[in-house]
Amino acid sequence: MSGDPFSLWVYLSQSPLLWLTVTLLVYAITDAISIWTHRHPLANPVLHSMWIIGAFLKLTNTSYTTYFGGAQFVHFLLGPATVALAVPLYENRKVVASAILPMLVALAAGSVTAVASVMLFAEAVGLPREVVLSMAPKSVTAGVAMGISESLHADPSLTAVAVILTGIMGAITVTPLMNWMGITDFRARGFAVGIAAHGIGTARAFQVDAVAGVFAGIAMSLNALVTSLLVPLAVTFLLR
Amino acid sequence: MIASLSLVLLCQLAGEALVRGIGAPMPGPVIGLMFLLVLLLLRDRFAVLARGPLLGGEADGVESISRGLLANLSLLFVPAGVGVVQKLDLIVNHGIAFLGVLAISVLITLLVTVGTFIVASRLMTRGESER
Repeated sequence: MSGDPFSLWVYLSQSPLLWLTVTLLVYAITDAISIWTHRHPLANPVLHSMWIIGAFLKLTNTSYTTYFGGAQFVHFLLGPATVALAVPLYENRKVVASAILPMLVALAAGSVTAVASVMLFAEAVGLPREVVLSMAPKSVTAGVAMGISESLHADPSLTAVAVILTGIMGAITVTPLMNWMGITDFRARGFAVGIAAHGIGTARAFQVDAVAGVFAGIAMSLNALVTSLLVPLAVTFLLR
Repeated sequence: MIASLSLVLLCQLAGEALVRGIGAPMPGPVIGLMFLLVLLLLRDRFAVLARGPLLGGEADGVESISRGLLANLSLLFVPAGVGVVQKLDLIVNHGIAFLGVLAISVLITLLVTVGTFIVASRLMTRGESER
């Protein structure tokens, strides 16, 4: 044998091919388990893919930059997927148009609650000011949230952590919570998870019900707009 | 399929360009979403637009490629999620309070939003039936 396994590993571990394959393969397995458990909330494919791949990177001592070299092709599709929300929105336009008013009221109540609750609780338990500011935009999609965090001179990477954890928590809790409360209106269920848990919540909503997915997508998009205006206001009024 | 993907990317590109151009505080893909929605609505009005990726009902039209993307939306969050696993020390530093605050805030936000939506929608249907 000419090439030893170590040099083969060194070669492959630097190539995008390996990390793209790992991302798709781990997701395919965790998604199959999620389907096999009839989309059980705790079998969330994002949650399980991220810790399995994270542990694998730790074990092989691979940097996130190297991993992202392969994973960026998947990450890139977030933008086109947002544009693609136009199609279910178009197909359900009658249901959506008849719910404009409840959506606007729920958007106002939900986005204020999302920002105010996290800031007040974080202050109450005595987290440092920089952490409170970094947590404030945690209910909007990561790119927008990190922009808000930057404009507040907070820590964008801590914001990203808060955003992803919020998304996972929302995606896991929404189905049991709504079932327990006996809420069967999938427009309301989807809209709530879109406000509270952005794209990861929207992904969960699409797994459960198409109408819930549409409303989650609308909620997520509108919340990104409202929260970027709301957080600077909340900082002025809530933090002294 | 390539034409449909190009159309989606074109909408996003137009959205990003517009947002950068006028310095609007909103994400470019959300504006791209509105462009694609307007295109789909215009297609129903003007038959001349119903061709290629906008034909409708085609296996490789813009509708099916969008459905394909959205069916696997969870996958697209995995790279960002792995980044969080790398930053576990940030969470450990701030301890259980950080996680607890996020969890409580998520639950309250879900409850307030779903409650407001349902109350507003009931008030609206009652208002309509009384008219």
